[in-house]
Amino acid sequence: MTDLSCKNLSMTFTNPANGAMVEALKDINFTLKKGELLSVLGPSGCGKTTLLNMIAGFLNPTSGQLSLGDKQIEGPGVERGMVFQQGALFEWLPVSKNVDFGLRMKNLTPADSEKLVEKWLDIVGLTGFGDTPTYQLSGGMQQRVALARCLVNDPELILMDEPLGALDALTREKMQSLILELWKETGKTIIIITHSVEEALLLGERLFVMAPRPGRIHKEYNLPFAERGLKESLRDIKQQSDFGSVREEILTMIWDMEEEIMGNV
Amino acid sequence: MSEFLSTHRADVAALLIIILTGLFVWSIYYGLRRTRKLDSEQVFGDPERTLGGWFWAVCGVSSLLLVWFYFSWGTARAFFPSAANEMCQVAKIDEALSPITAKLPYGDRYYKSTELLVRNGQQLAALEAQMPAGVYSSAEQKKLFSILDRNQQLLTIYSDSAQQSPSTGADLDAIHLRLQGLSEAIDAGYAGLMPTAEALAQPRWGVTDSEIPMLPLTPRGVLFDNVAEQSKEIAQDFVKVRNLPEAAKIIISGVKSDITSLKEADKNYSGSEADLASRKTYLKAVERIFKRLDDGAIFPAAAMMQINLDILQIQDSVKSQTKGLRLVDALFLPGEGVVKSRTLCVEQGSSRWLPKPTDVVAKFARLANPNLEDGGGYKGTVLFWWKWLEIADVIAFLIPDGVVDMLPGDYGIHNDNGEFVKTYKDHLLAVAQGDVYLGVVPMLDGHIWDSVFRVIVAMGFGIALGVPLGIYMGVSRFFKSFFDPLIELYRPVPPLAWAPLILTIFGIQDDGKIFLLFMVAFAIMVISARTGASGTQLSKIRASHSLGATNKQIIRYVILPNALPEILTGIRISIGVCWGTLVAAEMLAGTTGIGFIENVARTVSDYELIWVTILIMGLLGLLFDIAMRFTISVLIPWRGKG
Repeated sequence: MTDLSCKNLSMTFTNPANGAMVEALKDINFTLKKGELLSVLGPSGCGKTTLLNMIAGFLNPTSGQLSLGDKQIEGPGVERGMVFQQGALFEWLPVSKNVDFGLRMKNLTPADSEKLVEKWLDIVGLTGFGDTPTYQLSGGMQQRVALARCLVNDPELILMDEPLGALDALTREKMQSLILELWKETGKTIIIITHSVEEALLLGERLFVMAPRPGRIHKEYNLPFAERGLKESLRDIKQQSDFGSVREEILTMIWDMEEEIMGNV
Repeated sequence: MSEFLSTHRADVAALLIIILTGLFVWSIYYGLRRTRKLDSEQVFGDPERTLGGWFWAVCGVSSLLLVWFYFSWGTARAFFPSAANEMCQVAKIDEALSPITAKLPYGDRYYKSTELLVRNGQQLAALEAQMPAGVYSSAEQKKLFSILDRNQQLLTIYSDSAQQSPSTGADLDAIHLRLQGLSEAIDAGYAGLMPTAEALAQPRWGVTDSEIPMLPLTPRGVLFDNVAEQSKEIAQDFVKVRNLPEAAKIIISGVKSDITSLKEADKNYSGSEADLASRKTYLKAVERIFKRLDDGAIFPAAAMMQINLDILQIQDSVKSQTKGLRLVDALFLPGEGVVKSRTLCVEQGSSRWLPKPTDVVAKFARLANPNLEDGGGYKGTVLFWWKWLEIADVIAFLIPDGVVDMLPGDYGIHNDNGEFVKTYKDHLLAVAQGDVYLGVVPMLDGHIWDSVFRVIVAMGFGIALGVPLGIYMGVSRFFKSFFDPLIELYRPVPPLAWAPLILTIFGIQDDGKIFLLFMVAFAIMVISARTGASGTQLSKIRASHSLGATNKQIIRYVILPNALPEILTGIRISIGVCWGTLVAAEMLAGTTGIGFIENVARTVSDYELIWVTILIMGLLGLLFDIAMRFTISVLIPWRGKG
């Protein structure tokens, strides 16, 4: 089993300006089973991106254990793919060269990688865009390329850092459906960080609401909407009464946290 | 063809000026119409409003060329080809009369006589006050005062019309009549006068180095030329006229004997050395003034007044004969017009340092001629051509002889039979010294190529070494901290400040200049590559880590392409700076290159050549830049679109 397990994870930054210690994360504990879809929500400064960067291996925890399966996480790796908010595409390469970047780094033969690239471009809905320069793509298409680039490496865990944050409402909804489809088809473990409560509810099989100072998991939910989203239209789900009540509950929770922060300042 | 263009440059210019004027007027008309239409479609400040204004570029370029034609007198030469020649003839009269006019208010504000009178009068008064005390006996003192007094009297006698000798009056009258004759000759006009065959055979204006043809080409010019000849004779006679009335002659001989007697007294003087010295000095000063007064060069004002009037009359006559010509002079020959000096008529004005466009082209054509025997090229090197390059020379340049010395074994020695026995080292040395024939390759050649070659080689080294270092400085703490102070210490020094040192160490040939340019290019390339490398978005680096790229792969496939825009901008900047430095370095030392040509042109005041080199450098710089802009647009199409 390649579960992601996180034990007593803490992260402390030193503020370079005054030398004060900031507890970005404190005593995070959770286990994510293979194939689970987790969304993480929280006010700004609650450490969600720090958590994601630690899982990706870009940051080392101050204390605690992080492991994927039986392997300790020490630095970035191919088994943990990452999708960034702005895509972080290589604009000097066309779409197909962006997608097969990871394969080329592994020195896969061009014939093999070409097949894989075509397959994944099909899946994310970019058939025939292989030779297009990435700077000519719209924001939504760029995120599809980023998804394909990540998936073509066949990672065990996919980390998404506000992947849909910069998109317009309509594109966003389409991409949310795409992510759900990909989750179902590939059975990958996915962690999505988002600012949008609706998105977190729609995409999260599990949902962590995090709280700041120190960064911690405030409340955990197990939600039915992602399963539902595979069959029903996302817009219909948003109209359902249980969706509405959870949304209101979380919104109030986050609102109170924000109030508290403002009060402290 | 080029011969024809060279001799008919004025006609070519005329055609060009007409075309340019047409373009200028048309572009304004068309531009105004287009602007009215486009302005209604775009608000002020819209960047689109700067696009598609090629007609204004036509307007700007044509007006610039027209201004060039105008201030270089190119317009005048094109449309009034005989104007300068006629003005040259008028200038000849001015030159011929100058011995007379220099003594008159016409040429010098005051009468020469007035000036002499005032100046010498003041100096006599001063001398009287300065007479040294105690070194002269009272008799001597009396004599000296009398000398000074008689000198003053001379001034009075010279100024007095009544005392003027009859012969002087007659001489001046004769001059007056002859000058009057000149005016009349000019007024009579130039009907029936014809330019000589010799004059008509002269090369046209601007074709030879003497520029303006000297001999008159028009009937009017012939008239002025004749007048100038006569003026020369009159002037010769005028300067011989003397004003020495009888009274003055008596005073002069008296003063002369008094001065001689005082000199005799000095010989037997028994006083101290210092006193003798001051006596001699004083007497010398007195004698100097007297020598100025004993030649009868001062005339009564009334005697000269008539001559001044005659000169004015001649000038009036010339003016009435040259009405149209003076209009051309005022409108089309900006500056002081044509001046005759000794054997040449010279253009005096902006055209002195601003050669005509067509002349510059002709000069360029002469330089560009690859045939050195035919007068092409410059100082034994062609401007831009090709040659056969021996491969052996290139190899010899790349391999220092010392490399062969370091190999094991010995060089050959001679044996008992007096034969030189070669070893393998001797053969290798021959290669290292270029003494073998390895075939030839075609190679570019000439001043322009030498300059371009130096820039290209220096840029090549600068890029090859600077970009990797810059990239590593962008990603590595060690590289950044270690090399940053070194580069930042040498970079701010102006490249030319290094030149004397570098040229001394490496010699004035290509090596020194290339190294100097390399230093310039290297610093710029390091800094731009470093900026590009350190400017890579963190998310891209993280993405490539997550995609399994190794550190080396990240540098090669992410950081380098990401830094490419900065690197290309760096190349563009350093080509510009290298070019500037190179020209200055070539001016300092060397025997080929564009800067060398300009430096030689400067020492011989060859303005045409200076402008040719300036234009070549401008065009080459432009060419470099266009090539770089094209390269940038091809290599980094994503620029500004990310």
